[in-house]
Formats: sequence, C-alpha cells, structure tokens
Amino acid sequence: MSETMTDEARPVATAPTISADPAGATPPDAVDPARSAAPPGPEDPSGASAPAGPEAPGRSRHHWLVRLTHWVNVVALTAMVASGLRIFNAYPAFAPRGGTFCCYPFAGQPIPEWLTLGGWLAGARHWHFAIMWLLVANGLLYVGFIYLHGEWRDLAPRRGDPRDAWEMVKFYLFARREHPRQGKHNALQKLAYLSLLVLAVIAVATGLAIWKPVQLGWLTRLMGGYVWARYWHFLAMLGLVTLGLIHVFMVVSVDPYSIPAMITGRYRADRSPERRNARPFQHLFGPVRPSGATAEATGADAARERRAAIDPEASRDDDTAERS
Amino acid sequence: MDRRDFITVGGGALAALLAACNSEGPPAAKGVLEFARRKNQDVEEALFRHLTMDHVKEGGRLAGDALPRYYVSPTVPVWDPSLRGAWKLEVGGAVRNPLTLRMDDLRGLPSVTQRVNHYCVEGWTALTQWTGVRVSLLAKLAEVRPDAKFVDFQSFDSGYHESWDLASALHPQTLICYEYEGSPLTPGRGAPARLHSPVKLGYKSVKYLTRIVFLPHQNGGYWTDRGYEWFAGT
Repeated sequence: MSETMTDEARPVATAPTISADPAGATPPDAVDPARSAAPPGPEDPSGASAPAGPEAPGRSRHHWLVRLTHWVNVVALTAMVASGLRIFNAYPAFAPRGGTFCCYPFAGQPIPEWLTLGGWLAGARHWHFAIMWLLVANGLLYVGFIYLHGEWRDLAPRRGDPRDAWEMVKFYLFARREHPRQGKHNALQKLAYLSLLVLAVIAVATGLAIWKPVQLGWLTRLMGGYVWARYWHFLAMLGLVTLGLIHVFMVVSVDPYSIPAMITGRYRADRSPERRNARPFQHLFGPVRPSGATAEATGADAARERRAAIDPEASRDDDTAERS
Repeated sequence: MDRRDFITVGGGALAALLAACNSEGPPAAKGVLEFARRKNQDVEEALFRHLTMDHVKEGGRLAGDALPRYYVSPTVPVWDPSLRGAWKLEVGGAVRNPLTLRMDDLRGLPSVTQRVNHYCVEGWTALTQWTGVRVSLLAKLAEVRPDAKFVDFQSFDSGYHESWDLASALHPQTLICYEYEGSPLTPGRGAPARLHSPVKLGYKSVKYLTRIVFLPHQNGGYWTDRGYEWFAGT
C-alpha cells in the first residue's frame, strides 16, 4: 500500500525530470538556466517553465482511481438526473394537495421526455433507487481516496482563493491580460469542484428525506418537511446539472487537453490554459507562452509563491506513508 | 488515445445515452435493477420501526376535496346492497378466530382519529384526517397465528388488492378507516371502508375493502404486479 502511494505521490520537480519531458514542450536549453537556480518545489517561482509534476514522464495528471470514479460519476449522475426527471414528471409541481407553493413558477409543465430515463414512473423509480447506491459508493470511494492519498489538497480552500478567483474572473472578462498563476486547478475550478461535492451531499441527504419521510422523519423535518425536502432535492439537481454543463463547456472551450488527461492520465502541461493564456475559445491551440515570459505580478501571485516555498508537498511522501 | 478515438468513444457513449432516453433503458440492466430492488426491500425493512410515527405540522391545512379520488374500475365503485347484500368486512386467513364485521361492528370498536400525511408514489403529499380502527386491533381480535407474516387487503374495485408485510400492517398509524375529515367516506374516498397508513405509499392503502387475509406468504398486489415496488415504505 505505502509503496503504491509513494509511487503516485507527486514527485518534486527537478531540472532533470523536466528536461526529460517526452512531450518536448519546453526546450531544455531555455529551461535549464532558470531551473537550476530555482529551489525545488511544486511550482517554479520564476514563472519560467511548466508547472511541476503532472508532465513528468510516467506521471499521471489524475490517479487512475480518480479517473475511474470521474467517469462512473458521469454515468451515475446522468442516470440519476434523467430518471429523477421522469419521476418528477409524475407530478411536476411542489404544492401539497389543497395547498400552494411559493417558489416554483413552472408548476404543471413536465420535463421534455427525451431528457428522461425509465419510460414510466415505476421504471424510473427502479433506476433511481438502483443507481443511487452506485452514486453514493462511487462518491465515498472518491472522497475516501483523495483524503488518504492527498489529492484533497488540490481542492481544499485556501485563504488566497477568493482573491485568486476574482483574478480569474477579471481575466475571463478581459479586465486582466495575463492568466493568473495557478496550481493544478485555478481558484474558480476549485470552487466549482468543491461546490459539486457539497451539492452532491445535499442531493443525497434530501433524497433520503423524500425516500423515507416517516422512518427518517427527523431528516425530512430538518429540511422543512417533505415538500421542501423535495424542492431542495430538485434545486441540488439543478445546481449539479448547471455546474456540470459549465464544466463541460470550459473543458471544451478552454482546456480540451484535459480530456485525455481524464482518460489516460496524460496531460500536456505545456498546453495548460495558464501557458496558453487561454480564455473560452481563445488560444485553444496556443500560442504557448515562451519560456522566460513572466506572469503579470500580482499580490496573489506573490502570496502563492510564498506558499509554494513552504508548501508541504515535498514532505508528502512521508505523510502518505505514515497514514497507510 | 487520440482525438479520433475520443470522438468514436464519446459518440458511442452519446448514442447509447440517447437510445436509453425516454425508455426503460437497456434490457441488459433488468437483472441489475431487479437485484437492487430486492436489496432495497431489505434496507427498507431494516429501516422500519414500529414506533416511528408520521408527524404533521400543527395547524396545517387539510387537503379536503383536493385529495384525488383514484380507483381502477371504469367508474367509481359503489357498494350496492340490493345486489350484494349488506357490506361486511371479513378478517381471515392465518387466524384462529375469523371475523365478519358489519359497519356497525366496525364503528363499535375503539377508534382512532389521526392527522397524517398521504404520500403518493407520484411525488405529491396531502395532509389528511382519518377515523377508523387500527389493523393491529383487528389482528388481536382475530388472534393471528404465528405463521402469518403478511396481510393481503382486498377490495371490490375490480380485484384491486395489495399485500403488506405484517410489521407495517400492525403499525399504530395503519387504520381501517370509515371517516375522512369527520364525515363518512364517500364512494370516491373508498366507501364503505378503506385502509390508510402514512407508513406506505398511497397505492398500498387499499380502498373499497372487503377482506383482510393474513398469510404466511407475500401476495403481490395490483400495482406491485404491474411493476411498482411491493414494499413501498415511507
């Protein structure tokens, strides 16, 4: 166990590793001078070369378990949403019989059938109550894995995140010229992926509340009763679908190179959005920022560099070995 | 994997997805779904607690006339005494003391009036008030034998019936009702008497009752035989 984990833990970037990059993205001669001077760390504070780690030979951007659970989640979540919409169509409203509901303007309008799975109410329920176990098991496997293996660090909120997220917003709105420096994910991505996790937990909890409104009545009452629990369940679904669609849009329009990374694990870090200075449909195929170009210096970047200098990444092998 | 592979795989997955839409899904999934349905039933039975009650908000608005009137016959079933004689409820099967209860007998038994939710499989709920006799009381009077594990509730609505697990049938909120919101049941509500319980989905609460049969085995049900879950607990 500890052997596997150590293998998979992100290696500290060193000049030899980078110059051996089979992608040949960074001309070794351009990198080496800057590299040799840089202290080892997950990010090169000089801003001159590729982010460390993911593009190292034999290294996978995403652990195979993360890739597996990602695609299982795509299937499970799609099936849950589609079957859930079919169930919803049996009563596409929220008001109790003889009552009213404040907050759903589309009452009585069914969801288009082609978006649904199950064919009829009972069929959709069988799908929903079968796939829910897959969704939960897959989610627990993923969360348990990133907790034990250390990937949670890529998602954990940090103090500089709001400021970094704002810089990303400014960049996407052309209020800032240069792509902010980032780790594995930019701050907006971190926010999106964390929100997905939170929404998934809400979806499961509200789902239990409407599956067992009597036997788990405490949970149902906690959510304001059956009608509200069903509403929160619906909103959590809408949130998941919205974030999922944004995710797909951003993958296609900003970082299509992350698609193979989520399948085979291989990622051309020299083509990362940061290196291409990429906005949606802008610089999709480059230009790759030449080595030596410095990122626009901002307070956030400087703070990140300070963090990088003391980042515990280097001691990660010990961490994981200890836990396993 | 190169771009072409990705398009092939992605396109295949998308086609499979679209083919699954608005259908019961791939036939190969049937076995898995059936397996999950059986396991879910175990989970539901394990979650069931005899003394976990349905609670409703104080001062909530009763559904009244807004509670739908469902039946499976072409027209609303009405008990016609001139054709079928006086209505009576038989309690039998695996019991030592079979009962035949006329409406007066039923009304003479200790009754319960309760405000509970009605949970429909379709996703709606209604706040309802019922008056009737606990099934557990009838079970006691009929002296149910130890080999009885299930109860079949039968009606004169074109053979509509649903069988229950004994534990849910004996839940304190499972009633044989003869009044809805203080008035005798109308034909639309399942007159002369019906089953009602918040611990199961609405389709398990059989209307137009004629017989309660205690059984050592499960006996399906109208909607259960048509593909809905048999346990259907809430």
